[in-house]
Amino acid sequence: MQRTEDLTREELTAALEWYAKMVLSRRFEDAAERAFRHGKIGGYLHVYSGQEAVAAGLLSAIRKDDIFFTAYRDHAHALYSGSPPGAVMAELYGKATGLAKGKGGSMHLFDASRGFYGGYGIVGGHIPLATGAAYTLRYLDTDRLCLCFLGDGAMNSGSFHEPANMAGLWGRDGLCPIVYIVENNQYAMGTSVSRSSAVANLASRFLAYEIENERADGMDYFTVRRVASRVINQVRETGRPYAVEMLTYRFAGHGAADLFQPYRNRGEVTDARTRDPITLLEDRLRAAELLTDADVERIRREAEHAVEQAVKFADESPEPAADELFKDVYGS
Amino acid sequence: MPELTYREALRSTLVEEMDRDRAVVLIGEDIGVYQGTFRVTADLLERFGPKRVIDTPISELGFVGAAIGMAMLGLHPVVEVMTWNFALLAFDQIVNNAAKIRYFSGGQVNVPIVIRGPNGAGVQLSAQHSQSLEATFAHFPGLFVVTPATPAEAKGLLRTAIRGNDPVIFLENAALYGMKGEVPDGNFALPFGRADVARVGKDVTVVAYGRMLHLALAVATQLLEEGIDAEVINLRTLRPLDTETVVSSVSKTHRAVVVQEQWKPFGAAGEIAATIYEHAFDELDAPVERVTGADVPMPYARSLELLAVPHEGDVIKAIKRTLYKDGIKG
Ligand SMILES: Cc1ncc(C[n+]2csc(CCOP(=O)(O)OP(=O)(O)O)c2C)c(N)n1
Ligand SMILES: [Mg+2]
Repeated sequence: MQRTEDLTREELTAALEWYAKMVLSRRFEDAAERAFRHGKIGGYLHVYSGQEAVAAGLLSAIRKDDIFFTAYRDHAHALYSGSPPGAVMAELYGKATGLAKGKGGSMHLFDASRGFYGGYGIVGGHIPLATGAAYTLRYLDTDRLCLCFLGDGAMNSGSFHEPANMAGLWGRDGLCPIVYIVENNQYAMGTSVSRSSAVANLASRFLAYEIENERADGMDYFTVRRVASRVINQVRETGRPYAVEMLTYRFAGHGAADLFQPYRNRGEVTDARTRDPITLLEDRLRAAELLTDADVERIRREAEHAVEQAVKFADESPEPAADELFKDVYGS
Repeated sequence: MPELTYREALRSTLVEEMDRDRAVVLIGEDIGVYQGTFRVTADLLERFGPKRVIDTPISELGFVGAAIGMAMLGLHPVVEVMTWNFALLAFDQIVNNAAKIRYFSGGQVNVPIVIRGPNGAGVQLSAQHSQSLEATFAHFPGLFVVTPATPAEAKGLLRTAIRGNDPVIFLENAALYGMKGEVPDGNFALPFGRADVARVGKDVTVVAYGRMLHLALAVATQLLEEGIDAEVINLRTLRPLDTETVVSSVSKTHRAVVVQEQWKPFGAAGEIAATIYEHAFDELDAPVERVTGADVPMPYARSLELLAVPHEGDVIKAIKRTLYKDGIKG
């Protein structure tokens, strides 16, 4: 864990905003789960609770013109990149005011105007897209870069290995400014990493493709943020891919339908919760005297209020018009 | 009008479009140093450099997916698959990403990608290398499916594909690469969804596309001697399908034969026949006939392979059945 004493005043102060965003996204996920139980949200719902420090640490370190791709556990990524909570919730509700006009749902959040290129439901299927997107950023002679979030489970698919090899090749010519972020939350649905990967150290699997890599504590915002800043600077500089394996944990079930979780015991979850990324960050900011009880109260209240507003907005928003059904299939 | 081969028509269009727009890039296996499996991309690496003519590892999923990502960011990649059989390894990328991203993002991004390569049987390439996959792809909303049958169509349809905003499944044919034909100069382009009446006739409508067009035209010429005047419709694109041209022809001839190289069940001919029934049932004087490949994996032996693909005789028989002349001859 990054030692608080080693952090600069700027790093600590800048983290306040991200603490608030993490509190907001946790409240957002709680509200989404409630709405799912009440039948307001359909389909699949995968929440991010427990993993906040990973997306927050990475997305706080990129530039406004950088881009990113992720899988279906994507609500926090959208919120952190600035999508309005109301539009995110409305997308979960399948409403016309949603980020994608209600056509994508929870798994396909998308906000290209903020660099968020989706939200994908086929495990691993977005990894080649992100890799080609990274190539394009260099092809267009920019110094923008691409983040590709992926799960531990996704690393076992061919759609990981093929683009990873291509990224290694393109990186030789400085043509692949991408950071692969493996969000190792220990499970792919009910299959633990030890039961699905022949190698325990997932970061090391990038060695096969000459991609520099490291693993880090994904529960500690400051650790993630420090790694992110350094890696992002390097990738922007070199145009070579880099991989970080963030060790984290999913507090909730895989999805809203994963009620009994026979693949893990309660104790394991309770233990993991002792290192809740939000509490960890809160404690450090308190220790640095940047956060008082009153601040925490206020931030929580504001988050609750923002989420209530988002839910209200989603609830009151209109359904998509029937003629939307056939729109957006083709762009020609 | 200059005479070009189908291959030259494709290649010159790539050159013209790459000269016009730096967003057009080529990506695929052995398209650069090796000059392309069918030499469609010959010399293009030298001309445009490795950033724009990207040789890839044997990673269909990887490079088709990467090209989709490029398209989302504003490039116009033209992907070569060595043959369409190999594109099955990229099937997920094509149908789950290329065809759907525009829709599920609510129209936030386009995916202007062209995937091209030879489709259908060659000569003795056997089961894994001889498939006709047009109906497989034409099934999916979000894709365009294009089947150029002549050098002019190769040029005109490729230009439209590259200049469009959507994913295009561009199905060439190995047997056609050497075919010569007149090709209009300049920025010649052919619209999607507009079929061509390749031969005007009055007795029966023969609907074909891709290589099967030439089979249909040969049969039409042959049958003239027997006093049968067939109209031949060349679809050019399967998705969108030019229902109007097909239906108006059938409304004139009252008989229809659909020819396809692929297997019969759930194929393009079935779809076209159903379309005719839906729009012109009352016009028909006979059931719609389908001429198709045999419903087996392609065999290797030349003698068996010849039995597995449609022949002139099959089309002639089908035409005569629609005219109730099948008892007379053939
Ligand atoms: C190709 C594919 N196979 C199976 C599934 C079903 N599925 C959805 S999520 C998931 C687990 C993925 O785990 P991981 O990549 O670790 O991501 P996490 O859910 O932990 O965020 C599976 C098997 C799928 N969506 N896509
Ligand atoms: Mg996982």
